[in-house]
Amino acid sequence: MKTLRNLLPLALFVILVGFLWTGLARDPHEVPSPLVNQPAPAFTLARLDDPAQKLGPADMKGQVWLLNVWASWCVSCRVEHPLLVALARSNVVPVIGLNYKDTNELGRAWLADNGDPYQMSVVDADGRVGIDWGVYGVPETFVIDKNGVIRFKQIGPITPESLQQKILPLVRELQKS
Amino acid sequence: MSLRRIAILVPALLFATISLTAHADAAFEMRLKNLEEELRCLVCQNQTLADSTAPLAQDLRREVRELAVSGKSDAEIKQYLVARYGDFVLYKPPVKPTTWLLWFGPFAFLLGGAVIWFVVLRRRGRRSGNDDDDTPSSGGHDGNQSERARKLLDESPDH
Repeated sequence: MKTLRNLLPLALFVILVGFLWTGLARDPHEVPSPLVNQPAPAFTLARLDDPAQKLGPADMKGQVWLLNVWASWCVSCRVEHPLLVALARSNVVPVIGLNYKDTNELGRAWLADNGDPYQMSVVDADGRVGIDWGVYGVPETFVIDKNGVIRFKQIGPITPESLQQKILPLVRELQKS
Repeated sequence: MSLRRIAILVPALLFATISLTAHADAAFEMRLKNLEEELRCLVCQNQTLADSTAPLAQDLRREVRELAVSGKSDAEIKQYLVARYGDFVLYKPPVKPTTWLLWFGPFAFLLGGAVIWFVVLRRRGRRSGNDDDDTPSSGGHDGNQSERARKLLDESPDH
């Protein structure tokens, strides 16, 4: 009984360290999205390459796809871009770009300079669709399943690890179902 | 109605409407300001939507304003943002099972401390109660020991 009581402060300390330790490993800028496992918010937006044509999530029903939010002014988009270009070459999964709060001229020029990994990009000039999708830090990438449900959200640039360990395994699993 | 009367009445009515709408506008702006102060900017996370100059905060302020103009209540506007960004946009987290520890934890700790304090005090009170009567008890400072101490002091040579 006595030793138990003497050990109590140590036990409390260990629990506190446990909490602080997991707190340290977390990124406070990654706010978990309430939209994961919810139907993808609908939109109909003009295409960047041809504004006369429209596209929305409804057109992608029946296939697994990625929505990548990007902008020409976005610095970290440049970091993940080579990964997206490589992904597009592998033809594993279609990627739709959401050109967020950008101008068409700058957006097109950026794709011409850096390569265009997108099946197509759509234009969200005033950021309203971004708000519907809970976008708060470009780049962001969503994985959407065949039924149009968001299954995963990557906040910030895609890394080789997140692509190999999370996004691609999830895409393969969703494509099987 | 004479021309002169109309000349007075029209500007007076005009002025009244302007000041009335101005008053309503001020109240509306006040409501928006209060609402924006309860919402968090997601980019600069320790700033409210009202304080932040981040582009996203500007967009969200625009969205909040449009929703308010369209007649949505404060609760509906908050719900709109929570559905997109999660509870994190609220500066005051809602009370629900996952936040019970956050809301009631401090009170639980306070209660626990009070219980420990009470138990310790009672135990101490019981122990000092034993000291007062002169019956010998196992160990501790009791009557017999004080007696011996007094004797020893009396026997000391410099006395």
